[in-house]
Amino acid sequence: MTLDLILIAMALSAVSGLPGLFMARGSAWAQRIAVILICAASLAGLSGAFLGLLVPGIAAGSAFPWPLAGPPSLGTEGGLVGIDGLSSFFLVPVFLVGCLGSIYGLGYWPQAHRPASARRLQLFWGLLVAGMALLLVAKHALTFILGWEVMALSSFFLIAVEDRESESRKAGFIYLIATHIGSLSIFAMFALWKWTTGSFALGPISAGVAGMGALSALFFLALMGFGLKAGIMPLHFWLPGAHANAPSHVSAMLSGVVLKMGVYALVRFVFLMPEAPPSWCGAVLGLGMIGGLLGVVFAIAQHDLKRLLAYHSIENIGIIMMGLGLAMLGRSAHRADWLVLGLAGCLLHVWNHGLFKSLLFLGAGSAIRGARKRRIDLMGGLAKSMPWTAALFLAGAVAICGLPPLNGFVSELLVYLGLFRTVGLPGEPVSAAVVAAPVLAMIGALALACFVKVYGIAFLGSSRRPDSGPLSGGVRESPASMLAPMSVLALCCALIGCVPALVGPLLDAAIGSVVAIGYVVGGAAGAVNTAAVSPATLGELPRIADLAPLRPIGLVSGILLVTIVCLAAFQWLRSRRVRRVPTWDCGYAAPGPRMQYTASSFARTITAMFAWALRPRESVPRIEGAFPAPSRLESHVDDAVLDGLILPAARGTARLFGWFRRFQRGLAQQYILYILVILVLLLCTLIPFGDLIPRIFSR
Amino acid sequence: MIDTIAHIALLVLLPPLLLGTIDKTKARFAGRVGAPLLQPYFDILKLARKGLVLSATTTWAFRMGPVITLVAVAAAGLLVPFGGSGAPIGFSGDLILFAYLFGLARFFTTTAALDTGSAFEGMGASREAAFSCLTEPALFCAFLVLARLSGSLSLGEMLPVPSGWSFSGAAAPLILISLGLVVILLAEACRIPVDDPNTHLELTMIHEAMILDHGGPLLGMILYSSSMKLFVLGAVLMSVIAPFHTGTAYLDWALFVGEMLALAVAIGALESLTARLKMRRVPYLLVSAILFCGSGFVLLVR
Repeated sequence: MTLDLILIAMALSAVSGLPGLFMARGSAWAQRIAVILICAASLAGLSGAFLGLLVPGIAAGSAFPWPLAGPPSLGTEGGLVGIDGLSSFFLVPVFLVGCLGSIYGLGYWPQAHRPASARRLQLFWGLLVAGMALLLVAKHALTFILGWEVMALSSFFLIAVEDRESESRKAGFIYLIATHIGSLSIFAMFALWKWTTGSFALGPISAGVAGMGALSALFFLALMGFGLKAGIMPLHFWLPGAHANAPSHVSAMLSGVVLKMGVYALVRFVFLMPEAPPSWCGAVLGLGMIGGLLGVVFAIAQHDLKRLLAYHSIENIGIIMMGLGLAMLGRSAHRADWLVLGLAGCLLHVWNHGLFKSLLFLGAGSAIRGARKRRIDLMGGLAKSMPWTAALFLAGAVAICGLPPLNGFVSELLVYLGLFRTVGLPGEPVSAAVVAAPVLAMIGALALACFVKVYGIAFLGSSRRPDSGPLSGGVRESPASMLAPMSVLALCCALIGCVPALVGPLLDAAIGSVVAIGYVVGGAAGAVNTAAVSPATLGELPRIADLAPLRPIGLVSGILLVTIVCLAAFQWLRSRRVRRVPTWDCGYAAPGPRMQYTASSFARTITAMFAWALRPRESVPRIEGAFPAPSRLESHVDDAVLDGLILPAARGTARLFGWFRRFQRGLAQQYILYILVILVLLLCTLIPFGDLIPRIFSR
Repeated sequence: MIDTIAHIALLVLLPPLLLGTIDKTKARFAGRVGAPLLQPYFDILKLARKGLVLSATTTWAFRMGPVITLVAVAAAGLLVPFGGSGAPIGFSGDLILFAYLFGLARFFTTTAALDTGSAFEGMGASREAAFSCLTEPALFCAFLVLARLSGSLSLGEMLPVPSGWSFSGAAAPLILISLGLVVILLAEACRIPVDDPNTHLELTMIHEAMILDHGGPLLGMILYSSSMKLFVLGAVLMSVIAPFHTGTAYLDWALFVGEMLALAVAIGALESLTARLKMRRVPYLLVSAILFCGSGFVLLVR
C-alpha cells in the first residue's frame, strides 16, 4: 500500500514535465500542468511516507503486482524496491519541497517570461523528484544507482538552466565533474559490495563475512562518494557555486533536499555494515566538526546572499555528521542512548535543515527578485517594501541559528544531549566525542552572527541602491504564489519547534527500522539476515521521548511565544502614538544610506579572528594628500579547497600536459613525418645488430 | 509553590538593586556619595512613563528587540536555582535551553541595532556577535565540568554544588571554571573590563552602542533586562563559588540575596580598580575564559 503510493508518486512526478514539451513555448498551462502533476505526486508521496512512518505493519509490501522483479541471477529475490522507516523519513522532505518549490516557480520562473528555460526546468524538476524517490526506496544496487544518476544528472541540468551566463556554466561543469567522481567511487563501492557479500542486494553485512580491509575500503568509498553529494567539508568545493548560480527554488531543492540524499545513503550503508571501529566514528565526528565550524566561518565572509546560504548548508551538514558520528560511536560502544540521541539529532536536523534552508533560499530568491541584486552590501531596507518576505526570512534565520522556539533548536538539542551524555560520571572514562559540545556552541554563536548580518544588512536599515531615496522605492513585494510556499515552510518550522513531541514517534520509527538490522548483525555474529529482526529487538531501543525533554521544550517554547506576543501587544497598545524622527546616532544631522554599516564591516571582527582559515584577499587603497582621489577597497574570500587546492593543481597539470601539445600542431606533413620516423624505428629493429658490429670492425 | 513565588519575586524585583549597588560602590571608591541605591528603579519607572520616539528608518524588528530580550532573559532566570531551592522549571537538558535563550536575546538585540541603519549601532552589534562566539564555548566547557560532577543535565540539579566536593579532586576544576564564569559574566553583562556601561558616546563600546536609538519605554525595558541578565548569570556564578546552605529555607533566601549583593559590591570594586581593555585585547580575555573552563574540564577527567 505504502510502496504503491510512492511508486505512483514517482511515476507522476517523472512525467510531470512531459506535457509541457508539446505545448507552445509561452503557454502558461505548460507550467500549470506540471505543477498540478507534481502536487498530486506529492500528495500521494507524502501520504505514503507518513503511512510508512506511523503504521509500521503496512510498510511490508506492495499490494499491486508491479513488474519489478529482475532476473534472479542479479540477486533480486529480495525485490528491487522496498520501503522502511528510514526511506519514509527521507521521502517527506523530497515531496514537500518538491511540491512547494514548483508552486513557487509559478511566480518566480513563469513560463510566460522565460519561455526558453521554464519547460526544461519543469522537466528536470520532476525527474529530480522521481530520481530521489527511486533512490530512497531502492533495495538493490541497480535501482539505487539508477535513482542516484537520474538525480545527479537532472541536478546538473537544473543548475545550468541559465546556460547563457558563464558563471552558471562554470558552476554546472564543476558540479558535473564532482558528481562523476562521486559516482565512480559509488560504482567501486558496489563492485566491492558484490565481492564481499556475493549479492547486489542491499542487505546487512554480517560481522564475520568480510575482513577489516574490505570493510574499511567499503566505508571510505562510501564516505567519498556520498560525502561528495552531501557536501562534507573538504569535498564541498562544487557546492557554493552550484547553489549560488541556480534559480532560487532549484537552490532550495538542492540545498534542502538533494544534499540529504548523501546523508541518507551514508546512514543506510553505515548501519548495513557491522559495528564501526572507533576510528571511523572519529573520522565522521571530526569531519562534522571541521565542516560545521569552517562552513559557518566561510559563510560569514561571503558577500553574495546565495553563496552565503550555500556555505551554511555545509555547516548544517557538519552538524548532521556530528549526530551520525555520535550514533556510530554509540553503536560500537553499545550505548543505546548515544546511538538514539545522535541518530535522532542527525535525522531531525535533516528535516529541519530541509525546511529552513528551503525557506531561506526561497526568501533569498524573493529578495533578489525585488532588489535585483545578489550582493548583500547593495541591498538594505527591504523589510519596508517586502514585509512578508522579510518576516518569513526572519523566521528561517531564527530557525537556522538553532534558537528557541523554532525547530532548529530541537535537533541541535538532541545532538547536544547525546554529546553531553558522553561526559560520563566521575570515575568513568570520558569519550573524546565530548569536545564536539563546545565546538557546536561556537558554531551556534557564529551562525547567529552570520544571520544577524544577513537579515540586518539586507532587510533592515535603508536601501543602499544609489537610485533610491532613504525609503526604498521601486521594490515590490513578491506575488502570493511565492509567499504561500514560504509560509507553509515557516509554519512547519514553528510546528516542530513548539510541538516537538509530534516528531518523537516518527523518529522512533525511522531509528527502529535502521538500527534493528544493525543491532542484530552487530550483536550476534550468527544471526545475519533481516528476518531475524524480531519486535523484541526493536523494543530494546529507548524511545526518543524518554531520552529527550520533548514535552518540556514544547511547553517552554509555547509559553515563550505567548509571552512575547502578549508583551509586544501590550507595548504596542501602550505607546500607540509614536513620533518619527531621523536616526539619532549621537546627533548626526543628516544620516544617509551610505553611512550605514555594511555587511563586510559587520563580518570584519569575525573574519579577522579566522583569517588563518579564510585567507581573505584585500586590496586596501593608499590615501595620500590633502584631497585624496576616489579609490576602492575590495575584499574577497576564496574557497579554500576549490580556489586554493583544486584549481591550482588542475592548472599545474594542464601546464604539464601542455608540453605534449607541441607534438600536435595539426600539420599533415608533421604527422606523416611521425609515421615515417616510427616506421624507420620499427625497421631498425630488424637490423641484426649482433652481427653488424663485428662485421664493421672486422673489415 | 512558595519557593516558586519567592523565586519569581526575586527575579522580578531584585535585579535593578544590583545596578544600584554597583553604582554606589563605584561612587564610594571615587569619594562621592553617589545616587541612591534605588535609583535604577526610579529610572526604569520614569522611562516606562515616557512617550515613544522612533527613527523613521526602523521597522517592527526595532520594537520587538527589547520585548524578546526581556522575555528570553526572564525565561532563562526561571531555569536557574536561586538559594537553596531548585529552579521553577527544570528538565534534563535545560542548560542548553539556558544558553540558547541568551542567544535568542542576542539575536534580537543586535537585529534591532542594525534596524536603525547607523554605523555606531552596527559596530556595537558586530562586536557583540563576535565576542559571543568566544563566550559560548567557554560557558559550555563550564557546563561540561558541572555535568560530569553532578551526573545531571539540569541546571537545577547541577548548580547547587555540594560543598563536599571542595575537598575531593574537584576543587581545582571548580576554581578554574569559576574564573571562567567571572569573565563570561563580565562579558555578557557588559561590564568593565570588556565593556563600559557608563560611556554613551565612545567608539569603543559594545552594548551601549547598540541601544543608542532606543528611548522611553524601550530603553527602560533594555535597562531592566540587562540588569536581569547580570542577576541570572550572577546567580549561576555564585552557586559555583559559594555553595553555602543553612538548611532553613528562609535563611537560604536571605543568604542568596546577601551573596548577590556581595557580588555587586565586588563588581563595583573591580570596575573602580581596573580600566576597560582595548577592544583588540578583549578577545584575548575571552579566550582565556575558554582556556580556564577547558583546562578545568581536562583536570577533572585527567
